Amino acid sequence: MNSLIIAALLLVLLGLAYQTGWARGGALATATGTKVHSRPQYHASYVAVWTLVPALIVLLLWAVFGGGITLNFIREQIPADVLAGLDANGLNALVARIHALASGYGVVGEIQPYEAAAGNALRSFQFITFLGVVAAAAVAGLGAMLYARSRITARHRARNAVERVIGFVLFACSAIAILTTAGIVASLLTEAIKFFTFINPLDFFFGTVWAPNNAATGGDYGKYGLLPLLMGTLMITVIAMCVAVPVGLMAAIYLSQYAPRQLRAVAKPIIEILAGIPTIVFGFFALVTVGPFLRDIGAAVGLNINATSALTAGVVMGIMIIPFVSSLSDDILNQVPRTLRDGAYGLGATQSETIRSVLLPAALPGIVGAFLLAVSRAVGETMIVVLAAGNSPVLRGSIFEPVATITVSIVNQLTGDTDFAGPQSLVGFALGLTLFVITLGLNIFALYIVRRFREQYE
Amino acid sequence: MTDVTASRPLSERTQLIRKNLRRRHMSETIFRALGLLAIIVALGFVALLFADILRKGVPAFTQSNLHLTATFDPEIIDVGPPPGRIAGQSEAEFRAASLKWQREVAMLNWNKVVEASLRALAPAGYEIAAKDLLTIPETDARHRLREMFVADPSLLGQTVKVDVLASANADNWIKGNIDRSLPDSQQQLKAPARALIDQFVSNGTISMGFAWSLLTNVDSRAAPASSGLLGALVGSLYMMLIVIVLAVPIGVAAAIYLEEFAPKSRLTDFIEVNINNLAAVPSIVFGLLGAAVFINYMHLPISAPLVGGLVLTLMTLPTIIIATRGALLGVSPALRQAALGMGASKTQMVFHHVLPVTFPSILTATIIGVAHALGETAPLLLIGMKAFVASVPATPLDQATALPVQIYLWQGNENRNFFESHTAAAIMVLLVLMIALNGIAIFLRSRLERRA
Repeated sequence: MNSLIIAALLLVLLGLAYQTGWARGGALATATGTKVHSRPQYHASYVAVWTLVPALIVLLLWAVFGGGITLNFIREQIPADVLAGLDANGLNALVARIHALASGYGVVGEIQPYEAAAGNALRSFQFITFLGVVAAAAVAGLGAMLYARSRITARHRARNAVERVIGFVLFACSAIAILTTAGIVASLLTEAIKFFTFINPLDFFFGTVWAPNNAATGGDYGKYGLLPLLMGTLMITVIAMCVAVPVGLMAAIYLSQYAPRQLRAVAKPIIEILAGIPTIVFGFFALVTVGPFLRDIGAAVGLNINATSALTAGVVMGIMIIPFVSSLSDDILNQVPRTLRDGAYGLGATQSETIRSVLLPAALPGIVGAFLLAVSRAVGETMIVVLAAGNSPVLRGSIFEPVATITVSIVNQLTGDTDFAGPQSLVGFALGLTLFVITLGLNIFALYIVRRFREQYE
Repeated sequence: MTDVTASRPLSERTQLIRKNLRRRHMSETIFRALGLLAIIVALGFVALLFADILRKGVPAFTQSNLHLTATFDPEIIDVGPPPGRIAGQSEAEFRAASLKWQREVAMLNWNKVVEASLRALAPAGYEIAAKDLLTIPETDARHRLREMFVADPSLLGQTVKVDVLASANADNWIKGNIDRSLPDSQQQLKAPARALIDQFVSNGTISMGFAWSLLTNVDSRAAPASSGLLGALVGSLYMMLIVIVLAVPIGVAAAIYLEEFAPKSRLTDFIEVNINNLAAVPSIVFGLLGAAVFINYMHLPISAPLVGGLVLTLMTLPTIIIATRGALLGVSPALRQAALGMGASKTQMVFHHVLPVTFPSILTATIIGVAHALGETAPLLLIGMKAFVASVPATPLDQATALPVQIYLWQGNENRNFFESHTAAAIMVLLVLMIALNGIAIFLRSRLERRA
């Protein structure tokens, strides 16, 4: 109800202001023979901006401070002796009862006389303050509207003013990107620093045992060694690259150099479907199909492969990254100038010789960049690993055993409770910071290489 | 003489060249075959993935229904009439009275009603313990009957036909998800119950139907066979709405500023580098940001689609900004110069001439970004959307879960036999939604571009 009235007020103000500006601007154009600087709609928008901003400021102030003012009013209505006998919860319950009475909904149980009085007082207080706020917003808006209207003259540069406002809004939107990065860095840093007040950074970065103690069981905090997680991440990433790079690169070469047009038109989008599939789906696929399959193969050749292992997660992650590698490599191969290729053909090289000894060396920096971007994608991947890697944070070398990665441990430590008091959950941010720094480094380096490569041929 | 001296070394050379050529052509063929192999492997993975999900998920779309004839026996349902509205009673007091009546109704032994109707369906004198008999229908059968009675108390003493779901274990048994040859000790259902189920199937008391409950029910722990995706679908819908409402205007505005208005300065360079890096930050880091800023610092409600939507917005923004910038960059300079030449200001040029041309690309990028956000799981786990929620969220501030998180929760369920196909079915729903979104994007782009 209230929000409807406020929305209606704002709409009315907007319409009125726009109309006022339009009429004034239009009147100038027809009344005087002089040329008017801006067209009527700019005058209208100019007045509308001037009207809405003050009204919104008034409403915003009430939204921020109104709750506290109302609470204070209710406390004043409660007799002092009752107030003295209440703790925080009792006070909240009483305030809720008074609110229920004021809204006319009624409450269960006997109504104390002071409650009824407070309810009535609150009802009239709410009504009056609401009227007051609406009136204040309307007055502020109308006043600003009249002022803006008075400034409209034939030479008034309304368009420039409106465009300045638009420009500011556009800039504010792009600043959100910076704010996001700043938010990520600030939140990761502050929480990670809190974590390092519990645990020595040296023990974290060079510790070989990952055994956090549950917050509920008490005792000491446990051990937070990063190395087992780093090892798991590294193993899975290497396996993923071993799958993705040969398949992705060869697919890109074949599609861009050999494939007939029809095959390319069909195969390229189908491979790129892999990039759009949610990672949780890959995780499920790994868990219920690839894992048991690898285990059975292992059993057939006499290897003991766990169904959830670094190998399972790595292979499936490799499949996920194939389109990433192939489309980036495809782009880069297409950027190599035609003249290089034609030169090689002119010397009598076969197609594969051209590709191997001319195209690939020329495209190498770009492909390395694509490779690094794919690595950073693999390092930050979460759901496949959560489902299929087995979550066993122990430092060991076998790829057939369950492992845990940085991302898995973040999920394990931070789901459940969000009490950021102990190192048990704060370690998630230290891990997040590590992950952020690793991926950021890889990305910056990769983008640098790719850009250098582009400049070479442009 | 010249013939002999010239032809001999020539033929030797030719042989050498021929041999060499054969080797080179051989390696050419091998290289080419490797390329083709890579394509086949990649396409094979796609086919394998989809075939696997389909094979596992399709059976979950049919579910066994049990057609009961339930009698609301007044001897079992021993409760007074519901309270009416008394004059002068406040709303709160009336609610308290009717809640008290509902509690009394809930205290009745509704299992007896279910049991009686099942015994009526079984052959006369069939020996089965009540406990085993009740393993056949889903545990929520009694709630169904109770809700029917609460909604219409005049049913007392009447006999009505009710369709309830068979329990998850019964469903497994019927579909053969569980090995029928396993010994009794490893079966979830007792022998008499299994035999009775087979009889029910053969005489049509149990029939297979499309599993609407998968789409119209919320998640349930007590009654796994009736658990559905509705809550998760609504949660995801709220988040997508928030992403569309916030990410699209902000993203497009930011792209316009950076591409059209930004002066070449350190600051704008910095913003640019920032956006490129944000696009590559792992999604889980956005989850950490959400947990620290939105929940721990701003105290927004935990598990709420609002927070999930905000986190996904921040994640989607770079994608939309980069795509929109690409689209703006592709607009021909002639269009800009024509507009400027006719006396348009820069703002007018951008908003009246450049932006409309880029509309199809922006739309496509937006839909693809939203589809990507729809499938994102990891950041949502960190802001508490992993909680078990057995209701449809009424507002974006209520506790909710999302489609991919529901998949995550179901794959971890203990009743593997039943939930493996249930999870695959949920994945199918998610993939259908994503394919539909991408299809819309492709359709709109081709349509709008043709018109432009």
